[in-house]
Amino acid sequence: MTISSLVPRMTRICGPGNVVTDPLELRTYECDGLTSHRATPALVVLPSDADQVAAVVRECAAAGIPFVARGSGTGLSGGAVPREDGVLIVMSKMRRVLEVDPVARRAIVEPGVTNLAVTQAAAPHGLFYAPDPSSQVVCSVGGNVAENSGGAHCLKHGFTVNHVTGLEVVTPSGELTWLGDGTGVPLGYDLLGAFTGSEGTLGIATKVVVKLTVAPQVVHLVLAGYATLADGGRAVSDIIAAGIVPAAIEMMDALSIEAAEAAVACGYPQGAGAVLLVELDGPAAEVEAELATVMKLIEAAGATEVRTADDPAQRFAIWKGRKAAFAAVGRLAPAYIVQDGVVPRTALGDVLARISALSASSGIRVANVFHAGDGNLHPLVLYNDAVPGEAERAEEVSGAILDACIDYGGSITGEHGVGVDKSRYMPRMFSDDDLDTMQLLRCAFDPASLCNPGKVFPTPRLCGEVPGHRRAPHPAVVAGQAAVSREGDPPHPPMEIF
Amino acid sequence: MSARVSAAKAGKALAAACDNVRPGAADDAVGAVVPSFVAAPSSTAQASALLRACAEHDLAVLPRGSGSRLSWGVPPARCDVVVDMLRMGAVIEHAAGDLVARVQAGARMADVASALATAGQEIALDVPGPATIGGVLADALAGPRRLRYGTPRDLLIGITVVRADGTVAHSGGKVVKNVAGYDIGKLFTGSAGTLGLITEATFRLHPRPAARAWVTARVQGTAPEVTTMAAAMVAAAANSPLVASAVELDRPAPGGPISVGVLLEGSADGVAARAREMEGLLGSLAQVPVSVAAPPDWWAGIPTVEGGAAEHTLMRVSFWVSRLGGVLDAIDAAARETGLRPAVGGSAGAGLLYVTLPGGAPGEAVARFAGRVRAAIPAGRGSAAVLAAPEAVRGALAGTAGLAGTAGLAGTAGLAGTAGLAGSVPGLALMRAVKDQFDPGHRMAPGRLTWA
Repeated sequence: MTISSLVPRMTRICGPGNVVTDPLELRTYECDGLTSHRATPALVVLPSDADQVAAVVRECAAAGIPFVARGSGTGLSGGAVPREDGVLIVMSKMRRVLEVDPVARRAIVEPGVTNLAVTQAAAPHGLFYAPDPSSQVVCSVGGNVAENSGGAHCLKHGFTVNHVTGLEVVTPSGELTWLGDGTGVPLGYDLLGAFTGSEGTLGIATKVVVKLTVAPQVVHLVLAGYATLADGGRAVSDIIAAGIVPAAIEMMDALSIEAAEAAVACGYPQGAGAVLLVELDGPAAEVEAELATVMKLIEAAGATEVRTADDPAQRFAIWKGRKAAFAAVGRLAPAYIVQDGVVPRTALGDVLARISALSASSGIRVANVFHAGDGNLHPLVLYNDAVPGEAERAEEVSGAILDACIDYGGSITGEHGVGVDKSRYMPRMFSDDDLDTMQLLRCAFDPASLCNPGKVFPTPRLCGEVPGHRRAPHPAVVAGQAAVSREGDPPHPPMEIF
Repeated sequence: MSARVSAAKAGKALAAACDNVRPGAADDAVGAVVPSFVAAPSSTAQASALLRACAEHDLAVLPRGSGSRLSWGVPPARCDVVVDMLRMGAVIEHAAGDLVARVQAGARMADVASALATAGQEIALDVPGPATIGGVLADALAGPRRLRYGTPRDLLIGITVVRADGTVAHSGGKVVKNVAGYDIGKLFTGSAGTLGLITEATFRLHPRPAARAWVTARVQGTAPEVTTMAAAMVAAAANSPLVASAVELDRPAPGGPISVGVLLEGSADGVAARAREMEGLLGSLAQVPVSVAAPPDWWAGIPTVEGGAAEHTLMRVSFWVSRLGGVLDAIDAAARETGLRPAVGGSAGAGLLYVTLPGGAPGEAVARFAGRVRAAIPAGRGSAAVLAAPEAVRGALAGTAGLAGTAGLAGTAGLAGTAGLAGSVPGLALMRAVKDQFDPGHRMAPGRLTWA
């Protein structure tokens, strides 16, 4: 069956106006937040409810046509890059907050709801939704589930997987089922946990039960300037060694401070080699004492300037610089790669030194923004795509940074996901047996390999006999050939992300 | 004759794979099933060789830690080899500066706690008893502090498993923040040994709190005021920005008084101040004495009733905390209707209660009891699973809504109505598909999870 023959069926399911076939309009869906990977989908559908999603997936499954789900398209690993031979299922029409139960501290939301909208719905009850990716104004909860999104505050409060207690999903064969009992109490295999972070390859979430967190009594944010990253790093180690778990510990280097200043005039200490942000939250009776300890340690590590903020407006002004950093480095170079490696926190100094050496030897500038508390680095690798060969050199530096992370026992991605971008690095971190074992899960959910195929794994696994329908062309045949284009890509669009 | 020959052959193969293999004894029985062999590997490599040998000889395998919860669930349908994990009891790596520890699966929780305490750190799981790391993961066990720190799946950051065919596989790693690849650790959490053998696990650690205080209150009076007041106290404590680490409840007899206990952890001064505030908060809700004290004697235990534990039926009820009063009332109603005398207790503030029913209860009455409680939990907001029951009760449950019923998450008759021991578990078809992929020969703890 061809995709065009699906159009009338999809129109019957989703209604006229919710099926996109116009070539120009289709192009608007060709990439997500990682613009270097593009593919124009053959067909886009915008279902309005779970039954429609299930019906759409059943049509795809019956026809052996691959499908990809997309939330707000803010992902940074190409997880929502469509298939040129497939259907893109856009979840943006499913954006209702269905229920907020303040006593149970739970909400049930549709996947297209933005991350921030959940907190806005919870706020009147003194509650908030803890995972806070920098794109929280626009990114969707469904996308957060797919990527197991983190954020600056996950050091203390955890990731998406720690805050989702139930999911209604459409399986890759088009069945509607629940994972988890809605409370977070496990019942058998933790499929809810395994689904979260599976990057859209195990099915499509259609309802999300989230845990809400009680808003802290007090919040204190401390900003400290240091001459060097090493000085700031010493403060971080000392805070952790003191048994304090801050809500967030963030660091930026001189280059990213300069960029943030130029972009949003955040007023960070001028000429500092590093800026450290430490946020403490919790009961007043604990936080005041923690703050005193943190201030002492920050000073002792050689801070050149220290500021504190305890009201929301002051905190917002300080966070603005950090949260704008990714977009801001667009001012320093025509193009850049956002990396997302992780190292054990105690190896941060060594790895930053290695990045600095890589930068010096290659002539490629690297701005560093990182979640210092959990060792999650976001080196921003800057290059000029108008200079022949520079993009390739930047790509090499970017890959070498991941090698450094792996050498120190870290990970190739802390929160952005593997997607299409990093599947080739997976064998550096995992053995063939590890990857094969992961793919057993894939085979249990999606034996025909139709659900967001070509993502996460460098090579697909044959799942054996697939009952029920004709096999689609194997993704091995298409992987890496159709979907990627680089020539003439416009520069990364600047995005307001705070 | 041929069976004996093949048993001897299998024994030789096991001995070649692992340096500690002995014949099974009566002590090793799970239910009525006595294993032919007990093998205790000393490393992941030995465990791998052992499971490969089991695969080659079609031997059914049951992983065992401390053995403290082998009476839970259903005895395995077959069990040729018990894999005793107690020789793998080491803390392999404790990176204190990174708040991470890698431990072998056979390590006892208490031993790991002592090792980590030297650096003022802990795995924030307060599971009582002699349980091992592997057992806690396989049964997804957590104690009262689950309210603040979550359950094993929330603290596990990396895992090493041996698959049924002997393949060694890792997922995750030793960094807290990591989204590379599928999280196989989650899958094995709650797997009860049915997917493979857990040999190593890496956890994120927390600093050990410097001080603790318990605020307790005892509510008595007439129904339904007692349950209403207790539920209000639990909700207020769990939702307070004073940040309770645990909010527990204990009700030893149906219709009787209810104790509520709140654990606060932090610095000495901070805890003292917060405990006073919590005392005031609970006191404002009820005209009952509230006190700051040592842990109450019922803390962290499974509620007990008279008689031998082996004959008890143990249920685990989960619910949205807003429904706590309704759940307690439903348990009371079920007790009245069936004449059973349940003891109730657990992490009420986290939406979880254990219900213990006395031994000797007619299976049919237990089944009616379970059904009545399940009916009180709205769709998508909880479940009521029978974790352990004597054989006669299991037989009666098999005829009704099963061991692990939910209230029909999808809101359809299909889920709630699934009959038989299989019960109704969300995502059941997917779980079966996962089992088939990981253990196509169905040799890993066959039948332990009835639906697997």
